Amino acid sequence: MAHVAEPAGAEALDAKSESRVWKKFRSHRSAMLGGVIVLFFVLLAILAPILPIPDPTATDWGAVRKAPSLAHPMGTDEIGRDVMSRLIWGARASLMAGVLSVAIALGIGVPLGIAAGYFGGWTDSVISRCTEALLAAPFLILAIALAAFLGPSLGNAMIAIGLSATPIFIRLTRGQVISVAAEDYVESANAIGLPTMKILSRYIFPNVLPPVLVQATLTVATAIIAEASLSFLGLGQQPPAPSWGSMLNTAKNFLNQAPWMALWPGIAIFLVVLGFNLLGDGLRDALDPRET
Amino acid sequence: MLRKLTLTAVLMGASALGAQAQDLRIALQSDADVLDPDQSRTFVGRIVYTALCDKLVDITPELELIGQLATDWSWNDDQTQLTMQLREGVTFHDGTPFNAEAVAYNIERSQTLEESRRKSEVASITGTEVLGEYEIRLDLEQPDATLLAQLADRAGMMISPTAAREAGADFGSNPVCSGPFAFDNRVAQDRIVLKKYADYWNADEINFETVTYLPIPDNTVRLANLQSGDVDIVDRVSATDLEQAKADPKVQIESAVSLGYQGITINVGNGDKAKNPLGEDSKIRRALSLAIDREALNQVVFNGAFAAGNQPFPPNSPWFDPDHPIPERDVEAAKALLAEAGYPDGITIEIQAPNSTEPQQVMQVVQAMAAEAGITIEIVSKEFATMLQDQTAGDYTASQVGWSGRVDPDGNIHQFLTTGGGINDSGYSNAQVDEYLNAARVTNDTAERKELYNKARDILMEDSPLVYLYHPTWIWGLAEGVEGFTPYADGMIRLEGVSLSE
Amino acid sequence: MLAFIGRRILVAIPTIVLISIFVFSLQQLLPGDPILAMAGEERDPETIAFLREKYGFNDPLPVQYVKWVTGVVQGDLGISLRSNQPVSELLLQKLPVTIQLAIMAMIFAIAIGVPMGIVSAVKKGTVLDYAANLIALSGLSIPNFWLGIMLILLVSVKWGLLPASGYVPPGEDLWLSIKTMLMPAFVLGTALAATLMRHTRSAMLGVLKSDYVRTARAKGLKERRVILKHAFRNALVPIVTLMALLFGELIAGAVLTEQIFTIPGFGKLVVDAVFNRDYAVVQGIVLCTAVGFIIMNLVADAAYFALNPRLRKQ
Repeated sequence: MAHVAEPAGAEALDAKSESRVWKKFRSHRSAMLGGVIVLFFVLLAILAPILPIPDPTATDWGAVRKAPSLAHPMGTDEIGRDVMSRLIWGARASLMAGVLSVAIALGIGVPLGIAAGYFGGWTDSVISRCTEALLAAPFLILAIALAAFLGPSLGNAMIAIGLSATPIFIRLTRGQVISVAAEDYVESANAIGLPTMKILSRYIFPNVLPPVLVQATLTVATAIIAEASLSFLGLGQQPPAPSWGSMLNTAKNFLNQAPWMALWPGIAIFLVVLGFNLLGDGLRDALDPRET
Repeated sequence: MLRKLTLTAVLMGASALGAQAQDLRIALQSDADVLDPDQSRTFVGRIVYTALCDKLVDITPELELIGQLATDWSWNDDQTQLTMQLREGVTFHDGTPFNAEAVAYNIERSQTLEESRRKSEVASITGTEVLGEYEIRLDLEQPDATLLAQLADRAGMMISPTAAREAGADFGSNPVCSGPFAFDNRVAQDRIVLKKYADYWNADEINFETVTYLPIPDNTVRLANLQSGDVDIVDRVSATDLEQAKADPKVQIESAVSLGYQGITINVGNGDKAKNPLGEDSKIRRALSLAIDREALNQVVFNGAFAAGNQPFPPNSPWFDPDHPIPERDVEAAKALLAEAGYPDGITIEIQAPNSTEPQQVMQVVQAMAAEAGITIEIVSKEFATMLQDQTAGDYTASQVGWSGRVDPDGNIHQFLTTGGGINDSGYSNAQVDEYLNAARVTNDTAERKELYNKARDILMEDSPLVYLYHPTWIWGLAEGVEGFTPYADGMIRLEGVSLSE
Repeated sequence: MLAFIGRRILVAIPTIVLISIFVFSLQQLLPGDPILAMAGEERDPETIAFLREKYGFNDPLPVQYVKWVTGVVQGDLGISLRSNQPVSELLLQKLPVTIQLAIMAMIFAIAIGVPMGIVSAVKKGTVLDYAANLIALSGLSIPNFWLGIMLILLVSVKWGLLPASGYVPPGEDLWLSIKTMLMPAFVLGTALAATLMRHTRSAMLGVLKSDYVRTARAKGLKERRVILKHAFRNALVPIVTLMALLFGELIAGAVLTEQIFTIPGFGKLVVDAVFNRDYAVVQGIVLCTAVGFIIMNLVADAAYFALNPRLRKQ
């Protein structure tokens, strides 16, 4: 479910405020906790190839659905693969899905939002109407339809999620740009005839960045859940490669015989999403000039 | 809060028990499609018809054909005329009498209704002749060994001519048949409710006032509903839940090896995609088959509850060819075949599979087994709808699919492996096989048919356009009070004689 | 006010047209032939050709679109390929189910989220506040299909307290209906409760700092009264607005919940329809939810307008 963003104030990020923001962020305990959780999973994902764990796709007919033991600390799955190893490798898929789909949404949404907000008029009308149309179609239904259209795979799930999340960024950016563009310094920059590109890059973009950053962090959390949901419906990561969502999709068939198959990926999703949410919250507080 | 809940749960349980003897609740794996025997296409739809629509012919648990609405039948000498005696005193749920005229109407409808999906099943009938109120003759162009089995399925289901004439193609929204239960109401994806038909000819065997079919797709949830006492019978308990279900004293288990199969269909002649080593060289296909340990596959994925297989008929079927027993896995032989085909260092092939859990699991096991023989399988997951389209269009190299099975052996083989067959997605074509399979269709002599199928099997084993893997087992879960349930290999739930004690 | 709403409706029209075009083009984009998908095991080419003609799949896409829109304007959304039922009839059958689920989930969300938000705002910075925040974030972070599965396993299978799945219409047996819906509503309501709690908290924090609360306090009113009467009432504006907005999300969130608990509502209908390529149904649902979403937005705006005295005066 998408967050309804609480808007953070507009503020240019100069060097002084940057250090103030960092200070505030650092003192934000829960945000730090979120950061640590996210960092932990990112490290797991990066280090997966060199960690001393079994091949996540290596099957063992002799050890099908075995409860956690020394050999397999999180047990084995329905065809005898090591759940812990799949969980660690699955972090790659899930994190990638979260980050890349948000990158897609940012890549499309921010430029369109800036265009709509800055140029206004006809451009704005077209972009805004399309945004509203997309926003009116429920996020998950849109993602399911797109994922079905593109065919079931992790990459396509990311594209589907990214596209479905795009309108949020268009709308956020547009609103931000409109409020910044009305500021005196932008108007005076306009008056002295600064080129549009320069105004955009020097004044508008830096001001748009903070709330977008907050929203992006929170959307990563949403996107990870969305990937898990699509995988749960069979539209995400495809076997034998693991992702948390697809692990859960299989695990739901073995709840009684092998509850650990569902337990660990569920906890992993929960933790990582919690991490991103905490991080996003911390960022918002840190970037919000209203509260000190 | 919790105590309140527990209390109400107890109260609920008590009231539910009182009502159960009247109503039988059956959880199905999916929702049925349109309830018109001529238009219907889903397997679960056939389960509902078992209670709703009687057929001319039925089968015994041993797969012998017995009469249902037809009491007796006989063939003429050259087997082109089938004369049937019909049950007297039967009425449809709307009171319309069942007679030879009604049978003639039903066959005509199956053949001519534009939406009909039964056309090919009754194609051999060239005409009908009403010989009396309760006697009818079906005329055939040439002998058709499969006809009686077709009449034991949807093509033989009799619907009320009065209702059908009135409703036309919309018959399915309010079906009127002559089975033990009449249609009451339906909420799509939620329930189909049937109520007892008082004037049913065999009403003494029916012990419920209503029967409710509930589609519950999730295996775990379906079984949970049985364990919590919310339903009385569940369709298709998953094989891996078997142990747990058996351990539950509130649950009884019944099972029967199905008539169907699961396997890998290989594109050997359906368009350009067939032009690849796997499609062109049967050695590679046989190597793939040899690389698979079918028994281990069955053990790992289905806890050994299914039956390993290498033919369209399960090993316990009279049509199974014992000259080709289920092969032992032989990795060395597979490697040798690959080398012979020119791939001593292994080969990569692509197999498409539906994106649901079970087929994916099967393919992952097959993938791991084949890898040891040097065959790298790339699994391409597709949604079922997409997969079907690609398969029909020939846009695939190999495909993991199955068939729910038919009573007559012809239904499991002819349309898949004869040149231009209706479901021959493999594009396989062999004049000799065509000859054998066509010949087996037009004789009613069982020994002769078996001989023909065995001959075809010899060639098919060599060519391997379809690598059979296993035969599913139907597993039903019953609440502890359910009595008199008989498992049938066709997977149907027949309600005659079934009762529920409290 | 009326002018405002009129303007909004005018703006909504192109949006709806855009959605309808988008949804309609899906059927061209989605792989998988709908007729073949419904053909099942037997695939008789002649029947398939007939059905393709019957359902108008042979017409060029723009023609199909115009036909569809003409129907929609007259209240005819087409026929479901799978069940042969009119789509409008299916929608009317499913809508009350999902609305019941949404309302119950909303009740859960309000009952949990709003009090937690108030407490955490009033006790800002205390352990209570942190705990409430953490719980809320946890609610947001649990994938609800996982929560649903775990609940079925525990509550229905292990403890046998509630029905594992399904749906009973309230007209048939109200109590059983509510009982059956309890778990799904809770699952669907968790994320919502969290969002609601966070927004209540921030709205309350804003109001608590405002002048009139300070004035009320200065007048020596009891703290309880200040918070509930003065502060909360003012914080209600953004909360009510939010609830209207969230209602749309709730319907969308029902997709997975209904899938798990096999509830025959909108969400289940749309997922099954996408997988079966039952386009008429997909189009009908998306159009319907989109219109609903736009209406909810309108309601939210109107509520904001009505509840906010400053705006009203302008």
